[in-house]
Amino acid sequence: MESLTNRKVVVSDKPMTFMEKLYIPGIIKGMLVTLRHMLMRRKTVKYPEEVREFAPVYRGMHVLKRDEQGRENCTACGLCAVACPAEAITMTSAERTKDQKDLYREEKYASMYEINMLRCIFCGLCEEACPKEAIFLTDRLVPTQFERGEFIYGKDKLVESTDHRIDITKRQFTGKRGTI
Amino acid sequence: METFYWIDKLVLVLVLFLISLGIAAYQTYFERKLAGWIQDRVGPDRAGPFGILQPIADGVKMFMKEDFTPANADKWLFILGPGIAMFTSLITSSIIPWGTDLQLFGRSISLQVAEINIGILFAFGIISIGVYGIMIGGWASNNKYSLFGAIRASSQMISYELAMGISAITIIMISGSLDLRAIVESQHGMNWNIFYQPVAFVVFFICALAETNRAPFDLPECENELIGGYHTEYSSMKLGLFLFSEYVAMFVSSALMAILFFGGYNFPGMDYLKDSPNLLSIISVMVFFAKIFGFIFVFMWIRWTIPRFRFDQLMHLGWKVLIPIALVNMLVTGFVVALYEHWF
Repeated sequence: MESLTNRKVVVSDKPMTFMEKLYIPGIIKGMLVTLRHMLMRRKTVKYPEEVREFAPVYRGMHVLKRDEQGRENCTACGLCAVACPAEAITMTSAERTKDQKDLYREEKYASMYEINMLRCIFCGLCEEACPKEAIFLTDRLVPTQFERGEFIYGKDKLVESTDHRIDITKRQFTGKRGTI
Repeated sequence: METFYWIDKLVLVLVLFLISLGIAAYQTYFERKLAGWIQDRVGPDRAGPFGILQPIADGVKMFMKEDFTPANADKWLFILGPGIAMFTSLITSSIIPWGTDLQLFGRSISLQVAEINIGILFAFGIISIGVYGIMIGGWASNNKYSLFGAIRASSQMISYELAMGISAITIIMISGSLDLRAIVESQHGMNWNIFYQPVAFVVFFICALAETNRAPFDLPECENELIGGYHTEYSSMKLGLFLFSEYVAMFVSSALMAILFFGGYNFPGMDYLKDSPNLLSIISVMVFFAKIFGFIFVFMWIRWTIPRFRFDQLMHLGWKVLIPIALVNMLVTGFVVALYEHWF
């Protein structure tokens, strides 16, 4: 068969020549290979001191966005939970009262919103499903914990605070979603 | 005079002991570092700058571990094994001439602990005892893997000692002495034995790899088939002694190779320093250690390059290849030496 990669090597079973039986030329050849590697530049990123830059499309921990006035975008429509292939998202909805107008953007909001970070596969389908630009995956990492329960993130961990906004511009215009 | 002699020797013994252990400790560090570099990694770099304190951390870890003795192990032999291994590795350094004499306090201080005139014989005797440490350790553990490792170790060391001894005989024939000091003196300047006996050197080097149980001859401890071989059952500092003795043995056999083939502490141009014996002494020691470190580097370089031999290949190489080569080399050398002495 014609080789596609041009890297095909025909295996042969011919007896070794005298030079090959000496092994020493072969060993020296091998040692030169290791010597070359010894002198190569190391590609290691020394993690705690230096952090490798994330790809612009990196999908890490979620954030629930607020709009410019600081109102939560999420309307608890449940599309993210439906889209989620790992069934990591759950929520309960509630109706906004009159004095909550500066807290939630629309009449309906999520009184409870939980993502199980152990189930989540960080596929980003929730983000794609969201019609309100409420949920985004960010370049933050989910920290390790000792207990399973601690991985269920509620609104306290997911909703961004008004004075500490999370930048999601890298995820916003990926071309997958039209503008609202 | 007598008391000064003993003080000199005691100080030298102490210094040698500390240097051997210190070098062995930093060999473990350098081995890991080199393994890292060869595999495109960084190696240990967390303990101190560049991981310089790694051996100390390892030592502390070894001491803090539980010292466990298996229920059915022979308790005394179990303790004796690592002791013998360590003892035999350390004691060989006593006969090695580390440099030319120092002139201090109006006395001439020899940088050799025991000036015995059968240095080579002593070295080979001690190296042969070295197998007992491993054998006893493996036997006393009462574990089949340990026993396998011990049997492999002893058969391997016995087979490779022959070729090693025969290739050392050629050196003895050339320099006409069993005294290590005399062998070194006979290679004055750049008149090294390697230029006369390259074949003996190759044989000796391969055997030294096998004697110190280094890859590609590390069958006694092969991690993946014998789960550690003779030191499977060992823990804590007893295991540490076994591992350490391997590195000390590597250091000492590098020193032996430097003496027998690479002129020991001799270096070209050493005659210019005749008028300042102390400077000559210091430089000669440094040159000797540079040669030793070179060998240690090659030992490690080989370890991280070549895969392990199969056991039958090992025996084949020892008995059917190295011993005949060494024998022929010895006969030819003897013939040439005899010719040289009678006709020229």
